[in-house]
Amino acid sequence: MKQSVIIIGGGIAGMEAAASLARMGIEVTIVEKENALGGHLLQWDRLFPDRKRSDEVLEYLKKEMDSSISVETGCSVKEISRENGNFRIILDNEKILNGNALLLATGYDLFNARKKEEYGYGIYENVITSAELEGFLRKNPQPGLMKGFQVKRIGIIHCVGSRDEKVGNLYCSKLCCITAVKQAIEIREILPDVEVFCFYMDLRMFDRHFEEMYYEAQKKWGVHFIRGRLSEADENPDHTLILKVEDTLTGLPLKMTVDALILMVGMTPSAGTKKLADMAGALSGEDGFLMPSDEHLQPNETTVPGLFLTGAVKGPVSVGNTLADARAAALKIYEYFSRMAG
Amino acid sequence: MKIEGKKRIWQDYQKEIADDSYFYVRSCVRQNFFPASEKIFLKILKEELFKDIYENASHTTCSGIGYHSDVVPFETTMTIIARQFALMTEAGYENFVSSCITSFGLYSEVLETWNHFPEVEDRIREHLLKATGRQFNKPKNLAHASDVIYKFRKEIGERGKFRLINCKSGKPLKGVEHIGCHYSKMFPSKGIGGAEYPYVLVGMIEEWGGEVIDYPERRHCCGFGFRQYLVKANRGYSIACSKKKFESMEPYHPDFILTNCPGCPMFLDRWQYAISEMEGKTYGPDGQGIPVLTYEELAGLILGYNPWDLGLQVHQVPVEPLLDKMGIPYNPETKFLGKNGEDLGRPEAPSFLHFYPETK
Repeated sequence: MKQSVIIIGGGIAGMEAAASLARMGIEVTIVEKENALGGHLLQWDRLFPDRKRSDEVLEYLKKEMDSSISVETGCSVKEISRENGNFRIILDNEKILNGNALLLATGYDLFNARKKEEYGYGIYENVITSAELEGFLRKNPQPGLMKGFQVKRIGIIHCVGSRDEKVGNLYCSKLCCITAVKQAIEIREILPDVEVFCFYMDLRMFDRHFEEMYYEAQKKWGVHFIRGRLSEADENPDHTLILKVEDTLTGLPLKMTVDALILMVGMTPSAGTKKLADMAGALSGEDGFLMPSDEHLQPNETTVPGLFLTGAVKGPVSVGNTLADARAAALKIYEYFSRMAG
Repeated sequence: MKIEGKKRIWQDYQKEIADDSYFYVRSCVRQNFFPASEKIFLKILKEELFKDIYENASHTTCSGIGYHSDVVPFETTMTIIARQFALMTEAGYENFVSSCITSFGLYSEVLETWNHFPEVEDRIREHLLKATGRQFNKPKNLAHASDVIYKFRKEIGERGKFRLINCKSGKPLKGVEHIGCHYSKMFPSKGIGGAEYPYVLVGMIEEWGGEVIDYPERRHCCGFGFRQYLVKANRGYSIACSKKKFESMEPYHPDFILTNCPGCPMFLDRWQYAISEMEGKTYGPDGQGIPVLTYEELAGLILGYNPWDLGLQVHQVPVEPLLDKMGIPYNPETKFLGKNGEDLGRPEAPSFLHFYPETK
């Protein structure tokens, strides 16, 4: 009899794990709350560091998806129970799914920038998030970012909702720095006369080619990097914004007017993850992301036999690393079934 | 500015304000700065809204200025505050209303401290008992007096004789609102509207017909900032802070400034005079300043009280331009008469600020 896996979450982690499992001859069902697979990548334009179009990644994942994979979109999980080592899931449309293993791939939510009230998101006209800029770039890769007036300066704020005790997120979302560098370059490409200022705490260029991209942003594109955290933004009558920052390298307070502000929103545990984890028996860390049984040796396993984790449900992670983690999770599930079979 | 965004935030920061039966504590300094404000608050509560409000002559300072100046230890402050709660308990009240913003912030801080560290509360109870023989219940409801006026803003508006509308043009008067730092900056959830876009004064201005100005430096300090003023050598910072605000609000042509703190109206009012003397600069048209009001004074004007009974004659920035715009009658001849009709004498006219009644 074929072994079966239920994957909750149809973002890139869930899709890649499903494809890998199907290739191993395992029966897979994906449950996705949205109406389409793809997760956050559906809204994104290009990926760092090579500027690959996100659509290319999605196309690759869709092609990989075997026709044997069942997909339940537009529905949420109502109940998870475990009987005789197997998982039984009831969806909100009352459909019942049974699986020999369960893979949680519920990803992340973007930090709600409204929580940083002093930055004026949702209140000032020209404050947007990094995700909204991606959406804009996806649709309008042409000059003329702001309508009605000439844009001269754009500010990019790093660490919005990350490394911030005030909003309860002590962790680093780690991908916002490189996203800021990528987006700063893209703004300079499409609006060459616009000055771009990145306000950062640290620049955490942790992965291959990231540091080079940061240098490119400075040397080739003239992006300004100012070490200092935004204390507040205020709006002028013409909708330009006054930023108040302490430049911690010069030790001086800085006040600057920009035409638009882009907030690099961090990653937070997705809304339904805690409830799902509680139902399935997975443990959450203090940051709200789920905990594998061992972060070094068993990054995809949990303390519940047959329950696995993959992708950003465990914390902020890049697209490339998510796909690698999804393949690793699939392999671990295969090994689990092999052990069970004896 | 997207008003829907602000409304969303305002919805997040609402708090319960008791409906009646208040134990009221006065401020140390407000009766000198704005002598009628607290009296008017009591009058409005008792005679307009028919509420039960009680104060006790044994009430003392909360020690807030000493505490924030690092001369009174927190342990002492907590015991003093415990004594105020004991006075409330002995009088049979449960709803505590503070006139002072610093006190309100400190009461909030002490209650929050006791909430997190019950052993500290036990220790303070012991200190108070040993020192005074008193015991206390914590208030069921803690509010700032501006919260109470905010709560009854509709009733005050309905009973009012005047509105924040220019009687000649029919247009809303434009107001700058400035809350005290200790109202909600320490505990955003304790203030109506939170700390970044506070609503407590906005609600009053809007309800009474006016329009609120958003200007870039609206979050900036009024100029008091405790050490900026209390340390004499720092007073340049104090006036520089106020000046920064005036310069920022000036292009919006505000008709008045509304405040809810003891310090803010003092500094926003007095420093306008000082700046005019130092630089010849005034921030209203034709040598006028921008009148600065406490929320009680504004409520009193709305209700049609005599401006001189509200103590508006002791403001450094004359309020007559605002009274004229609102169509409020006043007698210039009685401006500097005491309550018993005695002539208190006229202050020396400023060099640049327009002075009423005209003397030059």
